[in-house]
Amino acid sequence: MALTGLFLSFFLIIHLIGNLQLLLPEEQAHLQYNLYSDFLSTNFLVQLIAYVLYATILLHTIDAIYLTIKAKKASGAGYVKDKRNRASKWYARQMMLLGSIVFAFLVIHFKDFWYPYKFGELPMDANGNKDLFSLVITSFQELWYVILYAVAILSLGFHLLHGFFSAFRSVGVHHPKYNQLIKSIGVVFAISLTFGYLIIPFFIYFNF
Amino acid sequence: MKIHLKVWRQKNRHTKGKMHDYTLTEVDEEMSFLEMLDMLNLQLAKKGERPVEFDHDCREGICGQCGVMINGIAHGPLKNTTTCQLHMRSFKDGDTIYVEPFQAKAFPVIRDLKVNRTSLDEIIAAGGYVSVNTGQAPEANTILVSHEEAENAFDAAACIGCGACVATCKNASAALFTGAKIAQLARLPQGKKESNKRTINMVNRMEDLDFGHCTNTEACQVECPQDISVLTIAEMNYEYNKAKLKD
Ligand code: HEM
Ligand code: SF4
Ligand code: FES
Repeated sequence: MALTGLFLSFFLIIHLIGNLQLLLPEEQAHLQYNLYSDFLSTNFLVQLIAYVLYATILLHTIDAIYLTIKAKKASGAGYVKDKRNRASKWYARQMMLLGSIVFAFLVIHFKDFWYPYKFGELPMDANGNKDLFSLVITSFQELWYVILYAVAILSLGFHLLHGFFSAFRSVGVHHPKYNQLIKSIGVVFAISLTFGYLIIPFFIYFNF
Repeated sequence: MKIHLKVWRQKNRHTKGKMHDYTLTEVDEEMSFLEMLDMLNLQLAKKGERPVEFDHDCREGICGQCGVMINGIAHGPLKNTTTCQLHMRSFKDGDTIYVEPFQAKAFPVIRDLKVNRTSLDEIIAAGGYVSVNTGQAPEANTILVSHEEAENAFDAAACIGCGACVATCKNASAALFTGAKIAQLARLPQGKKESNKRTINMVNRMEDLDFGHCTNTEACQVECPQDISVLTIAEMNYEYNKAKLKD
């Protein structure tokens, strides 16, 4: 769980940096983004890592389902009066729900961008690369689509707010000082990623 | 003061239980929570009814026998306090108090508020023995233990095995208990010899029993009467991963 979660978190950083190119001046963004996408889908090493990534998402999800079932089985019938929530954060208790929202989003995300890019027919840009840029821009013209993204990214943000430090605990970091540090880094990490990913759909919606 | 009680009554683990209402009129605020239950039982006994069964032993917060859910919180509203150390001054005249047994698949109800926590003992038993010198009293300085090491070990050893961590955890995980038991030895030079085997056996036993898996919600430490640190769980993970790598 921890290793897959951390690998996914690491991927999120790279993925964000790549996509922030969408915020460049339109002329430059258009060609550069398509060139970048072409590089990702043709480079052998990137392809290899992509397969590891797909496997990681599946492993993480299977592990999540296993842990959730195990927890359900281990809990008793439940209390008549239950105030246990006072002792923990809501997003720490709802990791499965938040993760499921992220997963549902991933399906849509793959269907809308990954699949058409890899297997569909896309027009070419001036440099002869597949024009993913225009597809992304048109997709985010719809307000409901922007809202869908916002919900998914916020869910991911809360998932990371708990998941980041939790992963280090699972690996075994137990020094009080480093734990405080990791908790703080986790908060900064979750907030930066959330904002970074949120800017893109809103920027496109309001600028194109 | 007047107290309305809703108490879980269950004949044995095979029958279904339900809440019963009782009202006590002359509760003194200096009474401990268990003394208040004693008062209820005296009244039930006088009426010829079966008293409410609950576990207790020391009544001074050190044995870990007395845990129950009080108003939906393990050991009641005060933080880091056992049920026996909770007093009626924490409640108001006319309050309704829900009293239920700790719930987890690994803690089957024996009767009423009494649950079977043998599974916690099984985790300890899986740890096996610790090699020590026996015979003549050893020279006191053969094994050096610094003050800090001793204090750290004792912080973990303070766990009284009450099971509140399991009852509070949404996953019904025994990670805080097991973490405390592993950390108390890992922080001392004694018992290093069996350290890897002990950690693996205890963690595996915990996984095999009916407990859930820890997802670090940290609820356990908040309700733990001994304020055992959640970092003992991370320490257990560290010891376990280390042992597995060497295995
Ligand atoms: C990009 C996507 C995702 C990232 C970056 C991510 C990250 C993480 C991290 C870092 C952890 C902590 C691991 C640990 O404590 O050992 C975690 C835990 C968890 N994740 Fe994810 N996750 C993602 C997607 C998902 C999905 C799709 C699901 C479910 C369908 C999911 C469900 C869970 C659950 C149930 C936990 C356990 C709670 C815990 O251990 O704290 N996650 N995730
Ligand atoms: S860790 Fe705390 S709550 Fe859990 S059994 Fe030990 S004393 Fe009780
Ligand atoms: S009766 Fe011993 S701790 Fe409460």
